Amino acid sequence: MTYTASMRVWRGDDEGGELVDYEVEVNEGEVVLDIVHRLQATQAGDLAVRWNCKAGKCGSCSAEINGKPRLMCLTRMNTFGEDEVVTITPLRAFPVIRDLVTDVSFNYEKAREVPSFTPPVGLEPGDYRMTQVDVSRSQEFRKCIECFLCQNTCHAIRDHEENKKEFAGPRFLMRVAELDMHPLDTLDRKELAQDELGLGYCNITKCCTEVCPEHIKITDNALIPLKERVADVKYDPIRWLGSKIRKRDGL
Amino acid sequence: MSEIERHSYDVVIIGAGGAGLRAAIEARSHGLRTAIITKSLFGKAHTVMAEGGIAASMGNVNSNDGWQVHYRDTMRGGKFLNHYRMAELHAKESPDRVWELEAWGALFDRTADGKISQRNFGGHEYPRLAHVGDRTGLELIRTLQQKIVSLQQDDFKEFGDYEARIRVFAECAITDLFFEGEGDGRRVAGAFGYWRETGNFLAFEAPAVVIATGGIGKSFKVTSNSWEYTGDGHALALRSGSTLVNMEFVQFHPTGMVWPPSVKGILVTESVRGDGGVLTNSEGRRFMFDYIPDVFKAQYAETEEEGDRWYTDPENNRRPPELLPRDEVARAINSEVKAGRGSPHGGVFLDVSKRLPADVIKAKLPSMWHQFKELADVDITLEPMEVGPTCHYVMGGVEVEPDTGAAARVPGLFAAGEAAGGMHGSNRLGGNSLSDLLVFGRRAGLGAALYAQAVASETGAGRPALPDAVVEAAAAKALEPFSRQGGENAFTIQRDLQQVMNDLVGIIRTETELVDAIASLAGFRERVAQVTVEGGRVFNPGWHLALDLPNLLTVSECIAGAALVRQESRGGHTREDFPGMNPEWRRFNLICELVDGNVGVYKQDLPTMPDDLISLFEVAELKKYLTEDEISRLPEGIQR
Ligand SMILES: Cc1cc2nc3c(=O)[nH]c(=O)nc-3n(C[C@H](O)[C@H](O)[C@H](O)COP(=O)(O)OP(=O)(O)OC[C@H]3O[C@@H](n4cnc5c(N)ncnc54)[C@H](O)[C@@H]3O)c2cc1C
Ligand code: SF4
Ligand code: SF4
Ligand code: FES
Repeated sequence: MTYTASMRVWRGDDEGGELVDYEVEVNEGEVVLDIVHRLQATQAGDLAVRWNCKAGKCGSCSAEINGKPRLMCLTRMNTFGEDEVVTITPLRAFPVIRDLVTDVSFNYEKAREVPSFTPPVGLEPGDYRMTQVDVSRSQEFRKCIECFLCQNTCHAIRDHEENKKEFAGPRFLMRVAELDMHPLDTLDRKELAQDELGLGYCNITKCCTEVCPEHIKITDNALIPLKERVADVKYDPIRWLGSKIRKRDGL
Repeated sequence: MSEIERHSYDVVIIGAGGAGLRAAIEARSHGLRTAIITKSLFGKAHTVMAEGGIAASMGNVNSNDGWQVHYRDTMRGGKFLNHYRMAELHAKESPDRVWELEAWGALFDRTADGKISQRNFGGHEYPRLAHVGDRTGLELIRTLQQKIVSLQQDDFKEFGDYEARIRVFAECAITDLFFEGEGDGRRVAGAFGYWRETGNFLAFEAPAVVIATGGIGKSFKVTSNSWEYTGDGHALALRSGSTLVNMEFVQFHPTGMVWPPSVKGILVTESVRGDGGVLTNSEGRRFMFDYIPDVFKAQYAETEEEGDRWYTDPENNRRPPELLPRDEVARAINSEVKAGRGSPHGGVFLDVSKRLPADVIKAKLPSMWHQFKELADVDITLEPMEVGPTCHYVMGGVEVEPDTGAAARVPGLFAAGEAAGGMHGSNRLGGNSLSDLLVFGRRAGLGAALYAQAVASETGAGRPALPDAVVEAAAAKALEPFSRQGGENAFTIQRDLQQVMNDLVGIIRTETELVDAIASLAGFRERVAQVTVEGGRVFNPGWHLALDLPNLLTVSECIAGAALVRQESRGGHTREDFPGMNPEWRRFNLICELVDGNVGVYKQDLPTMPDDLISLFEVAELKKYLTEDEISRLPEGIQR
């Protein structure tokens, strides 16, 4: 079951870099992250990579594998042919720090722009009552492991550095939807989503949903309902436009 | 070395898991300037991986539950070695800590009447674990993270700066602590670390430091723990002159994945058993019925039929032995595999597929379903899982004062969470860690805040700056691996050390093996001292591990040393040459300290449980744990 795989890993830093070829052993059941660790242990002790849980729970090990945004710990080597070259590159939408590690601080800045959960005044801890059906919708969004693959994939960020200022990206628009659907939240963030967080930039291509390792239906369950709720507040031309724009090929 | 960044805070918290974040919220809520430091990104600490739930006796599912019941279960689980006061505070305060999360935005699964749902778990008498499917740790850490963001938003409104009073230093590692004063006046003055992203150094001036660094699982080869668990906080405390308690007690979780090899050790949550999963051997036998120890005979079902009935009628039946405390189940699995009745890949079978319909499994255990599907090509709604023991948790940690989290011997040093010891005695019950993080995270944050305020009022506003020479010495030490040549790489040394611990200090221990282990570990000192790294300072994992290795070695020496001294079997410490609990040994904790750079172990009396707490038990039960002398001195009022 053991074979030697050809891996191509991007090595470099904020000043530039290149794809470097490695030949490395692969055993049964291994995932891409195992191979990266083997490279670290045997051939490239300083190869930079983020990881924590190795089980798809922490969202640290995001990268692009043969051009597809994925978690390295959930990508099994047997999804590639034994003679296929497997190429690992850092997330494209964020500045590289070194090798496979990128600067994701953009996401933490956006997180601060979403006003926090605001319970009704006077409701004491312990007195919260909510039914399972009512919490289920927001619970789906709270499965998010903040891998930022959706942020990396959304063309409004990926291809448009200049949008980063005005557009919070799917992860944080979904956070708005999550709070909007929270049975006991009292704050209205709909105008803010439209005016400050750039909801209008989303033209519902669903690329974010496709890459989400938690299989959260970001577009259908969070973004579209949020747009509808916003549309109740104000007219949104992008919504009908979006439905007419064909999904981009590839990513 | 002019490039060393300087920062000044009232409270520095090392660790951004549940304990660190809860401590930070408390310190900041008292108006203190607080720094949170974490080796990973914000929101990625180990706590994110917790699955099953948070134990708190809210009584939402069974109203018979209460803090006294939770207290009793915790003491039984720890085999009466727990610090009674910690177990008491924990049982009393965990419901408030869970409810408070809800007020900060957490969305737990609900009961039919809209309260927080609670599930069964090993060792807990009633359904007690607040949960969100099997991703409770994610909910916990995200809620605390978002609470911190909301505090930052408050500061932004007030000062125009999100980080005015609370700042997260992500991907930053602490390598040293600073002190000032001599003798009895010696106290914490700050901390030193490096940015992983750049390799640049920073020095924090702070009167109070909270250690919330989690565990030591990377000492072992098969573990559910991540790269972060190199025992940094344990080692920092020891090196600062403080002490560790209970280090011989390491929890091997009974159910880790065993196949494929690359995922060996990854956790299979106990909820699988809580929700009806059964353990069988290669002969199809539910072997746990053969392993119910005498102390637990009264509480567990004797027949499969009774155990099965318990899931629907817990009032009139006893629980199945699959739900015994973890140490019992782990040893049983170990014995079955050794006896040749294991599964093809060296574990046993854990099956929910025959017990629950597929859609229920996917709703209750979504991340387990996902994990087995993606990593092992196993559909747990159709077939059994293969599982075996994995190193999961360390009961041992910094010896603390229960009410404040103050670390022994060193003023200004505090500890909470997995890095602190005493709360769980010799064995932790599932779900009792997340609640521990919240209860004692809050208390340590408060303890540190009050201490920092006291220091400030004593010294006035200005704090003495850290002398340059001290800071530069810490930097020079951190750079040493670059200047060496010809040594081994850190990954090789770590792998060999893990093998030694796995083979000689694992789930079943003997004197000869422990002596061997201690000798081998001594041999690692030289290797660790010679470790060399390639590459530069920017995000270099080889260098990072090189700096963690001395910590890993120190905690490994503590575990092996304490395990050799304790001549009995109790909870997470099993001696083949001293099987069974010995009430004489229950009277002592083992304390580790550093003497001239070497680990020393000594016995210390266990604090005595006060009358009101010991009266919660019946004498018949106490007789299983206490010495005859202790029994004869029990208070009058206790039920005989
Ligand atoms: C897979 C799994 C499932 C679990 N399930 C449950 C469960 O269902 N219920 C339960 O109660 N318990 C569970 N546990 C146990 C529980 O999750 C942990 O004990 C707990 O999360 C530890 O929290 P903590 O705050 O002490 O530390 P952690 O969450 O581990 O955080 C430690 C922090 O310290 C930082 N740190 C460490 N060293 C340094 C350093 N040198 N410099 C700077 N920062 C540093 C780390 O970066 C991290 O931020 C589980 C554990 C695992 C592994
Ligand atoms: S659906 Fe919207 S947010 Fe998602 S990728 Fe498309 S444009 Fe971006
Ligand atoms: S929504 Fe999905 S893809 Fe986006 S950050 Fe969360 S888990 Fe990752
Ligand atoms: S390592 Fe945690 S998601 Fe991959």
